[in-house]
Formats: sequence, C-alpha cells, structure tokens
Amino acid sequence: MKNVLKNLAVLLVLLAALVVWTLLPWAGVLAVVVLLALWLWLTRSGRLAREATRIGIASLPQRWGASSVIIVGIAGVVGVLVAMLAMGEGFQATLQAAGNDETAIVLRGGSQAETNSVISRSQVPLIAALPGVQRDADGRPLLSAELSQVVNLPTRADGTDANVQFRGIGEDAWQVREGVRIIEGRKPTTGLRELAAGRGAQSQFQGLEVGNLLMLGNQEWSVVGVFASDDAYESELWGDAQTLATTYNRGAYQSVLVRTGAEGFESFKAAVEADPQLKLDVLTTRAYFAQQSGGLKTLLTALGTVIGGIMAVGAIFGALNTMYAAVATRAREIATMRAIGFRGTPVVTAVMLETMLLALLGGLLGGLVAWLLFNNYSVSTLGSNFSQVVFQFKVTPALLWTGLKWALGIGLLGGLFPALRAARLPITVALREV
Amino acid sequence: MKYLHLIWAQLFCSRTRTALTLLSVVTAFMLFGLLDSVRVAFNSGGSVDGANRLVVASRLSITQTLPIRLLQQIEGIPGVRQATYAMWFGGIYQDMKNFFPNFSVAPDFFEVYTEYEVPPEQVEAFKATRTAAAVGEALALKHGWKIGDTIPLQATIFPRNGSNDWPLELTTIFRVKDRSQVGQENQLVMNWSYFDEANDYIKNQVSWFTVVLDDPAQASQVAQAIDALSANSDHETRSQTESAFQQAFAKQFADIGLIVTAIMGAVFFTLVLLTGNTMAQAVRERIPELATLKTLGFTDGSVLGLVLAESVLLVVLGGMLGLGLSAAIMPGLARASGGMMPIQTVVAQTWLVGLALMLVIGLVVGLLPALRAQRLRIVDALAGR
Repeated sequence: MKNVLKNLAVLLVLLAALVVWTLLPWAGVLAVVVLLALWLWLTRSGRLAREATRIGIASLPQRWGASSVIIVGIAGVVGVLVAMLAMGEGFQATLQAAGNDETAIVLRGGSQAETNSVISRSQVPLIAALPGVQRDADGRPLLSAELSQVVNLPTRADGTDANVQFRGIGEDAWQVREGVRIIEGRKPTTGLRELAAGRGAQSQFQGLEVGNLLMLGNQEWSVVGVFASDDAYESELWGDAQTLATTYNRGAYQSVLVRTGAEGFESFKAAVEADPQLKLDVLTTRAYFAQQSGGLKTLLTALGTVIGGIMAVGAIFGALNTMYAAVATRAREIATMRAIGFRGTPVVTAVMLETMLLALLGGLLGGLVAWLLFNNYSVSTLGSNFSQVVFQFKVTPALLWTGLKWALGIGLLGGLFPALRAARLPITVALREV
Repeated sequence: MKYLHLIWAQLFCSRTRTALTLLSVVTAFMLFGLLDSVRVAFNSGGSVDGANRLVVASRLSITQTLPIRLLQQIEGIPGVRQATYAMWFGGIYQDMKNFFPNFSVAPDFFEVYTEYEVPPEQVEAFKATRTAAAVGEALALKHGWKIGDTIPLQATIFPRNGSNDWPLELTTIFRVKDRSQVGQENQLVMNWSYFDEANDYIKNQVSWFTVVLDDPAQASQVAQAIDALSANSDHETRSQTESAFQQAFAKQFADIGLIVTAIMGAVFFTLVLLTGNTMAQAVRERIPELATLKTLGFTDGSVLGLVLAESVLLVVLGGMLGLGLSAAIMPGLARASGGMMPIQTVVAQTWLVGLALMLVIGLVVGLLPALRAQRLRIVDALAGR
C-alpha cells in the first residue's frame, strides 16, 4: 500500500518534470547536463553512481536483444514524429520563400486567395499610377497583372491527373520577382502560345521537357524553358497573360503583383484604400504566403504530435518491460552491490542512465533515418488555390532536437519505475534467488 | 480448446511482463484502427447511395465552369434517369477558420441525394424561399443555427451588387442516414437560381452536373455519350462515377494510403521485435515446465502448438482491445478535429485486416520460441543444460 502511494507520487512528479522538460530551451538542457556531470564527478554518491552505471553498461552486450526493443521502439517514434513535422516545415518554408516585404499582392476585397479574386482590366492602369509603385530605368511601373488557370496534367508517379497552376504573367513579372531565374531554354514570348515550367512542376508532372508540345485548353502550347525560384512558384507553369486569357475566354485578371520596396508599401496600401474605385485588398507577399501556409502546417504538427504521442505510449511500455526484465535478471548482482554499500541513489541513477543511454541511441537512430529518407524528399499537395504545390521535406536541426527531447522523455518515463524497483529489492530475498 | 485454461495460465505466468506487452499491442492496434479509418474515409467513394451516380465536370480543370444548357442534352441521353447541377460558391462564415464547403444547387438536390434525410415540408421551404439555405445537422449544431435564422455568408469569389454580403435564410436542416458519413453534414447549399440571378460575375454557368443512372452497369457507356456531347468545344466534359471523382480529389491532397502504410510499417516492426522478445523470454523462463509437460506425455507438436497459441492469444487479445479502444474514442476525436477528420467508426474492413495482421504477427513472433520449445530434449531441459 505504501509503495503504491509512493509510486503514485513519483508518477505525478514525473509528469510535472516531463512538462518542464518539453518546455526547456537548449540552454536549460545544457545546465541540467552540466549539473548532472558535476554531481557524477565531484561527489561521493555521484562517483558510486558512475561505478554502478559502468557495471550495468558492461553487461549490456549480453542483453542486446532485449535492449534493442528500447532503441528501435524509440527510433520509430522519433522517426515518424520528425518526418511529419518536417513535412509541415517544408511546406511552410516553400510558401514563405515566395513572399517578401518588397513586393505587394493586390486582390479583390475579401477574396483571400488568388483563385477567388477578380481584377478588371480597367483597374490595372489605376493601380500602376499610385504612389509607392517602383519604376524601372525607363520609368515604366514595375508590376505584373496576372491571371491563373488550373489545368490538368498527368503526374509522373502514377499518371493520374493533378491540378497544376498555369499562371499568365505580364512582361515585367521576371523583374518584379527577383528570385526567379531561367535554368534551361528561354522565357516565353509575349503573344505566342509558349510556356516555361517551374522546376518543381517538371519533376512531378509528365511532358514538361523543353521542346515538348502540350494540349491545354484545346490549344497547343510549346514548352520553351524551365525556371527555378526555390519557392512555391516552382510548382507552376508560366505563360503570357493575354494569350492565356484568349485561350480560356477570360476577360479579367486575378491579381496584380507590385514591387513597392519595403518603404513604399505603406504609402501604396494607403493609396489603394483611399481610392473609391478600387475595392481591393493589399498585402505584402510575405503576409499573403504566410496566411496560405498556416493551415496545413498546423494540421501536420497536430497530426504528428498525436500519432507520435500514441507511438510514444507504446514505446514507454516497451521500455518498461525491457528494463523490468533487465532489473530482474540482474537482481542478484544489484542485491550484491547494495549489500556492499551502494545506496539507493546510485542504484536508481545507474538504471536511469542506462535507459537514457539506450533512449538517446534510439533518438539518434530515428532522427538519422528520418534525415536520410526524407530530407529534401519531394512531394506535392493541394494548396489553397486548388492546385498542386510541390515542396520538400525539411528535416531541420530544430526538429531533430525536438525528436531527441522526446526520446529522452520516453527514456525517463520507461526507466524510473524499474530503477525504483531495483533500489527497493529486499536484499536477502534477491540474494537467495536462483 | 481443452488447453485454453493451460494457455491462459501460461500467458499470465508473469503478470507485469504480459500486462506491459499487452499494453504495447493495444496502443499499436489503436493507432492502426485510427489511421486505417482515416485512410478508408479518404479513399471510400462516399455512400452506397452514390453507386448509380456520375459526376460530369470540366475536363480542363476543376475550376472551369460548364454552361447550364448542357443539362437538357444530358437528360436526353438514354440511360439517364435524372440530372442535377451545382455551382461552387466558396463563401466563408465569419472567419476563414470556419471553412465548410458551400455551393448553389438545383431544386431537385434532395431528390438526387437520397442519402440525406429531410422533413418534406423543409424541402418545400427550400424550393419556395429564394434566399434559402440548407445545412447539415452537424454544421447547424456547431454554429448554433436554428430554422429561420439568417446566416451572413461572405462571398470570396462572387460579389452581389458590389458587396460580399450574402445573407441567407436557414429553411432546411438535413441529416445523413449513414452515420459513418457524418462528415457530409458539414456543408451548406443554396438555390442556384438565386445565385445565378444575384451574383455580379457569372451567368448560366455550373461547376458540375450529377447524373442518376437507370442502371449502374451502364456507367461507362453513358459517361462516354455525355462526354461526346461537348467534344471539341471550349467546354469539354469528363464524366466519372462519383467514387472515382472523390478518390481522384482526395488523392490530390496526399497519398494517404502510402503515409498510413509507412507509419504502420514502423509501428508493427517495433511490435514484432517487442512481442518476439517477450515470447522468447517467456519460453526461456519456462523450460523446466515445458520439459515437465513433455514428460507427462505431451508430444513435441502439441508443445509447439501451445507456445504458438500463447503468442497468438497475446496479440489477438491486445489487438482487439486496441481496435475497440480506437472505435470508442473516434467520435470524440472527430468532433475535436472540427470535421477535418471524417471518421466515425472502425469499419468491418479494418476489423478484418486488423484481425489478419494480429494472427500473422502472433504466428511470426511465436514461431522461433515455439520451435525452441518443440526441440527441447527432456533430459537436458530438466538438468538445466
């Protein structure tokens, strides 16, 4: 009865410690590690704990089969968790790279995304004349009135149709977006049915090699170039806006991209809002793309945490099982150690450190596997414009760090109770056991 | 069967170990139950009611509209019992976060979608009220809407008189008969005639037609005949069965099946290792007992069977508990996700696949320890060699 109450108290303390642990920044973790090391090396009980740990770890090779359950179990949790988080991270990074504070996107009031927006042809010259719009060397305003059409293209993976964004651009689009560069072939010519494919789109969909002909909207388009931008635009096809509009019977634009510079944005936004003829929303592209990526990132983080959490519970039971068995097989050894003067704390520490070591190995293994398999792994999903966004998993150091923290947390939970049992074994009974 | 008692006793010979292993198995199969239900929900083509329906949408892309005049031509094709149409609206209620699908539909919407249960007088009210809105019961509950309320829908695509306000009057609340498809209640429909007349941008256009077939077996012929109507025009169509249409759409988000398989692969690999280790330990500890059994006259084969049965029992027991647990928590989880996870129950298919997995895993992890038990030589085992 006393033990049950004690265990319950330990469990509560443990849960509190776990909460603190997950919130701890790296500096805090470092401090904990340093304190632990100081204790291990400078105090008497610490030295005893070190000796006890060494004895335990020395016998590890005899128990590899059982110990690998902890390592693999934790590696699985960390691998899945890191992979899911890396997917959200990659999607967000890809969309956010497309935005900056230098350019502004103009959409119809309340339309939220490009697909929903309509900007009439007569509004474009009004926008171009507003203050805040930067001009090129010839004094022409730097803006690109654009429309986009979702087209169906077969995927490379299995040939099923996927939605791809076909963006009609103005001549200045290449100057307004500074990061975009042609890496193969040339830019499409104004007035011709030519298009350039993004590098990401080319990697995911069939038929986008330079020189190919594509049937889009019952018209033949030729692929004349490939562009790279390291962001969400790479998932698109670009062609001349006017030609695209005639092909699909479209009378109006959908968005206007304006280069305002960081300092010009506020005056531009104020000017649009002051003009009663323009019921338009103005956002920096950074704000626009951040808003587009929020939902999926949150969903993936939540999913990753829930799935990882359930797997972690399983891994904790596995670790408990293994460590209880380890304590049971070493019962005589531990009893002997206690008989010759090792007190409770060193024994508990020894079992804990052993579990944490295995957990650390598992965490490293899981992180490594996730990194090897998934870092820069390219996938695509449906973005908020009803079209595919191609992005890469990003296994960042921060995510690996999160994974390691999870691993050590599992080790903590899985090791403590077996460690307590080791410290509480009645010495005489344990010594008599066969 | 007569050995069940013996197997049961063996299994709970070491309580802590069995309990911990059992809990690992429970969590693994609970996860399997949840993930596989998500996969089924994404891949299943809606309800049985939709088996005799075709979706006719633009071949060019999902955002391209079709002229309403196609309706009469489609209705004239042999094999077509009825045709209805809908137009995507894409409005939002208060905030983007409250997203739910909403579109304008033909008056015969509830005659085609027989999976929805609606009081007849509410169907009439929907047809008779120009600015009527019909919503699913789950959505109405979520936002606390009652019949007669005004829903201030905000357009994102189609303004009305230059403004984005589209106030609609709630006349109808429908219920999905098949409760496993309750995610479909998370939508709002309005009258297409009102939409067409009131919006500033687009006239006589629809997003898709839904065609009810006389005979589901004729689906491909009718689909070809419909697509032939608009061949070589600027509004070519593609007709697919409803399930094919929905699957293609779900697949564009992600290959859910692949993700689920990858995660479950990792989970079950760990599980095999873990239970395998437990079984190996269990047999190692009981070598003298097993030798005693053989001394009493149990054959090598029956000792093998006993150990195999024990491991299968362990996995099946835990697996069933896990699947049951996932079925129990799923409705709560679906509610917590705000309709994003369209899952309600563990379907029969998942139970069957789960059971098969339990048997296979049980046999695989039991095999090596069981062989060891089978090959025991009584003299050596009893002497502790």
